[in-house]
Amino acid sequence: MERDAVSERAAGPRQSRRGFVNWLLGTSVGGLLLAVLYPVTRYLIPPETAESTAATVTLSIRPEDVAPNSAQIFRFGNQPGILVRTPAGELRAFSASCTHLSCIVQYRDDLGRLWCACHNGHFDLNGRVVQGPPPSPLETFVVNVRGDQIVVSRDA
Amino acid sequence: MATIKQRFSGVWAWLDERLDLAVLREIAEKKEVPVHRHTVWYYLGGMTLFLYVIQIATGILLLFYYRPSAEDAYESVQFLMAEVHFGWLFRSIHAWSANLMIFTAFLHLFSVLLLRAYRKPREITWISGVLLLGLAMAFGFTGYLLPWNELAYFATRVGTQIMEAVPLIGPYMATVLRGGDDVSGATLTRFYAIHVAVLPMLTTFLLGLHLFLVQKLGMSIPPDVEREGGAKGKMNFFPNFLLRDLVGWLTALAILAALAAYFPAHLGAKADPFAPAPAGIRPEWYFMFMFQTLKYLPAHILWFEGEAVGILGFMLAALILLIVPFLERRSGRGEPSRLFSWIVIGVIVYIVVLTYLGYAAEPMA
Repeated sequence: MERDAVSERAAGPRQSRRGFVNWLLGTSVGGLLLAVLYPVTRYLIPPETAESTAATVTLSIRPEDVAPNSAQIFRFGNQPGILVRTPAGELRAFSASCTHLSCIVQYRDDLGRLWCACHNGHFDLNGRVVQGPPPSPLETFVVNVRGDQIVVSRDA
Repeated sequence: MATIKQRFSGVWAWLDERLDLAVLREIAEKKEVPVHRHTVWYYLGGMTLFLYVIQIATGILLLFYYRPSAEDAYESVQFLMAEVHFGWLFRSIHAWSANLMIFTAFLHLFSVLLLRAYRKPREITWISGVLLLGLAMAFGFTGYLLPWNELAYFATRVGTQIMEAVPLIGPYMATVLRGGDDVSGATLTRFYAIHVAVLPMLTTFLLGLHLFLVQKLGMSIPPDVEREGGAKGKMNFFPNFLLRDLVGWLTALAILAALAAYFPAHLGAKADPFAPAPAGIRPEWYFMFMFQTLKYLPAHILWFEGEAVGILGFMLAALILLIVPFLERRSGRGEPSRLFSWIVIGVIVYIVVLTYLGYAAEPMA
């Protein structure tokens, strides 16, 4: 064993041959690791789901089903939205995901505000933050009533 | 009686011839526990281990009925609680034992801190222990979601959203953990895989290391006991200390059974991703002090988001906790370290007060 080492050191080309073999082994092991880790990593990252590109959604709720000073949750693609009829009778729609930690907000008819129960965030009926931790207003949607259908669309 | 003993010694001799069991006997006979006024704290590690064994046993039983999908999970737990014989018992014990295990792990951690058991040569034992506590909390976080009820659904939504506040990698981490941009059925299957496979595997490895080191290095004698002239005496681990352990474990089992019977685990309403969050969303109690801290932080600190500052602060605190043996070196040299004791006590007080506030100062409107 020791003699081998000595003769290796003596013979220059042999040394470089060993270096080459080591390099080959090293890169093979590295390549193997990459070949295993890359698919595993990509596997763990969820595939991109086709995000709802629909800018408009027709609700299954009829206008007369939403009484003044009340609200209903609806689906805007795969996101929750909230449709509010103000005490004055106007229909408004917002994203129902609180901008703080994305809990789903609800309408408080005693306050006339949208309220997030998770951390006590309050929004007025323009979506603006009135009180609590939310850092930004709720996304506002455009509401159109066509006959007995409510059409909600993204402000684009 | 004699024949049983004879037969047993025959089996022992047969195995000993092949496996050299004398080594085991030697280890059992040599292992000793120092006796002094702080000896009682030595029981906490064993207690945590016992509760972990309970978790494995009840967890396996729950797997026989649980179905990990957003459509089925809630119903399968409901079925387990209502129809399956003793289903309520095993689920309740699993829930209670989880809480008690984390509680005893925290006590273990703080007793080791205050008794300086992390000092040289036990740095690796300490690090493996802190990592095990992290795994226990990850078990808690992932297990909480599995019944797919309303409270757990929104708590997980909030918990993973908090993760997004970590600069740069946060949103990426949260997406991988959730299996998407929102908590959904994909999150449930991921948490399930993590809870029943990934974490048990990591825990087995780390726990093996932790126990091996405890066995190899023996019990640490606190520096103040050493300064007073050392331990009063020694106790054989086998059977003296182990029998005392057993008394504690049987008591814990009785307490678990009583808690499960009188305060069974709740299920609540099924999670609905399109329903407003109910009031009173809160994480498990051992996350409460962090959650409450985040609540008190303003929305913006300088030019950072308050949440990001808070979560980075806790990550820094966890890192400091992990490397305590390399930061506090006075006790390793045999010098007193008063200041460190006060820091630890301060941390305990902070956790207790913030946890209390989390439950007492819940906003109602």
